[in-house]
Amino acid sequence: MSTRDVAGSSALAPSGGGHRSHGPSAFGDDLRRFWNLTLTLAATDFKLRYFGSVLGYFWSLARPLLFFGVLYVAFTRLLGLNEGIPHYPVYLLSSIVLWTFFTETTGGCVQCLLAREGLLRKMRFPRLVIPLSVALTALFNLGTNFVAVLAFAFASGVEVSWTWLELLPLMALMATFAVGIGMLLSALYVRFRDIQPIWEVLQQILFYGSPIIYVATLVGEKAGIKWQHALVTLNPIATILTQVRHAFVDGSAPTAAAAAGGTTRLLIPLAMIAAMFALGLWFFSREAPRIAENL
Amino acid sequence: MTSTASHPPAPAAAPRPSAPPAVVVHHVNKAFRIPHQQYHTLKERALHPFRGNTYDELHAVDDVHFEVAQGEFFGIVGRNGSGKSTLLKCLAGIYDVDSGDLHVRGRLSPFIELGVGFNMDLTARDNVMINAIMLGLTRQQARERFDDIIAFGGLEDFLDLKLKNYSSGMIVRLAFSVAIQVDAEVLLIDEVLAVGDAAFQQKCFAEFHRLKDEGRTILFVTHDMSAVERFCDRAVLLEKGKMVHIGEPYTVARRYNELNFGRTVHELPDEAEEGAEERFGDRSAAEIVEAWFENGAGERVGDMAHGEQCRVCMRVTFHELVEHPVFGFTLRNDVGATIFGAHSDMTIGPTGVFDADTEAIARFEFQNWLVASTYLLTPSIARHGPGADAYDLRTDIGQLIVHGGFYTGGVTNLPHTFEVTPA
Repeated sequence: MSTRDVAGSSALAPSGGGHRSHGPSAFGDDLRRFWNLTLTLAATDFKLRYFGSVLGYFWSLARPLLFFGVLYVAFTRLLGLNEGIPHYPVYLLSSIVLWTFFTETTGGCVQCLLAREGLLRKMRFPRLVIPLSVALTALFNLGTNFVAVLAFAFASGVEVSWTWLELLPLMALMATFAVGIGMLLSALYVRFRDIQPIWEVLQQILFYGSPIIYVATLVGEKAGIKWQHALVTLNPIATILTQVRHAFVDGSAPTAAAAAGGTTRLLIPLAMIAAMFALGLWFFSREAPRIAENL
Repeated sequence: MTSTASHPPAPAAAPRPSAPPAVVVHHVNKAFRIPHQQYHTLKERALHPFRGNTYDELHAVDDVHFEVAQGEFFGIVGRNGSGKSTLLKCLAGIYDVDSGDLHVRGRLSPFIELGVGFNMDLTARDNVMINAIMLGLTRQQARERFDDIIAFGGLEDFLDLKLKNYSSGMIVRLAFSVAIQVDAEVLLIDEVLAVGDAAFQQKCFAEFHRLKDEGRTILFVTHDMSAVERFCDRAVLLEKGKMVHIGEPYTVARRYNELNFGRTVHELPDEAEEGAEERFGDRSAAEIVEAWFENGAGERVGDMAHGEQCRVCMRVTFHELVEHPVFGFTLRNDVGATIFGAHSDMTIGPTGVFDADTEAIARFEFQNWLVASTYLLTPSIARHGPGADAYDLRTDIGQLIVHGGFYTGGVTNLPHTFEVTPA
């Protein structure tokens, strides 16, 4: 395989105006167009979802709400996971909505390049626009769903607090983690079509391995085994959800740092998020020029 | 002032040599790997870790090297599989090249497929915005040009109709309007435009001419040599990924026709449009065996330059005695319009008496003033007398490609003189 002679190209390039590297890439050379495109694709998807049917908003809310209902009945009435946890339903609903955002982004990214094959094979545009628009659509949904969560929190009598503002950076962390995984999955799927079932299984494991239906501290109390506790409290999703519980649902609940057993330990999940994002970005950028022909 | 326009001068070569080139293609190579055994899943890859490393390389574009000047109408021609579409996709920035360099100066609007990204569940209004942004406009610019786009397509009354309720013609019009209005400096046009009807094609080409006059650069990929000769300033001919010829459209079209028809001129009449042939008449008394075109030297040809001497011929077998049959020829152009017809009754009257089991060849000769295009020949033989009592009529069995000459918008270039005198 021959390589592109970049040094030689600049000598020949007409100064200014010409594209230095003309082939497709992850980012392209115009960030404004990159953002315009991402926003347009995401807005279109969002619009189709909500205006396609009269009950659009209701349907997008129905899924997490029904899921919530089932889990609530199963785990409070039958298993009693809510014992001693103030505002357990609020915690459950907010964690489900955040988890829905995570699965919508990562799961949606898996096949997103194939779904947009028509565009990829016919147009020159930054390839990263496609997985990012999936994440952005999921972010719009998170926004609309969280309106329902806030209403539910008010109705349940959760105290309004300044710490609610912490939700924004926490969601940003969640988005960074999800986009990192999404970029990796979408680029991998171009080569390996069984990424789809593999990711579904991993997602299941992550669902039960993260404190969504239970709270993180429960593992330490009930199981009492150190490595399990570490596994559950140190995964990025657990860290984020534990801090959400502290900041949003119950100020007396332990912070993420406390649950992990020290502030320095928080560096582990943060490093995982950063590493996953970097890995996804690196892999996607590497694959971007050949996506159209490999699909 | 008096001048005659019998044979036109060759079109001017690359205009404006002083300006930097709009498109530079510098020794570009692009190969596709075709694995002998392709693995699509991780599982297969894990099960056969040492297999599947063999592959064939298909050199779709092989060391192609040219420059296109600003404001030039440049043709890229070649047969199927010659690599022209791959080259276009490299130019459009969809495929990355393996080696060499491609530079496009300014914004590029690819007409590779119209209406990419159109969503049938959204209204025309939304689709125009999305498509314009896909083609590189900002939201602000897209809003500003919205009215022009709709006006060009003539779709003012259907703005809020969902696209799925549009006719296919309306969708093409809408897509074309968007692509035209994005103000790209370089336009890449694939032969996809050929799907429109003749009127729409004419409108497209008129629009391309306007854009060219404004100094835009146009790269045009096609099979249609008459279009290349009509519109292009220069053209390149590709064959199996390599450049075979670059230069004036006339010479490129010649080479292309040689590649296609050079070795098979004699088979042409049978080959042309085999499935499309319709045959009328009972063939009981006389039958057309074959029909072909000849040049002035009496050689069978499949293509011919404008202005040359042209003969249309048919060979007829008689099964019984026939008196004064009427031989006829009709020529139709690429859009199916009849250009002219002639029959022996009109020109020479009685043709003679032919015995059973004899053959005859009828020749009809004329100076070729037809414009560059593809022409189809329909020969016929009919019983003498009034009415169209055909023994045999075979539609479109011969084909002639005419190249060279002015394109005036008409179907022929008649020899003429021009005179301007002060009155």
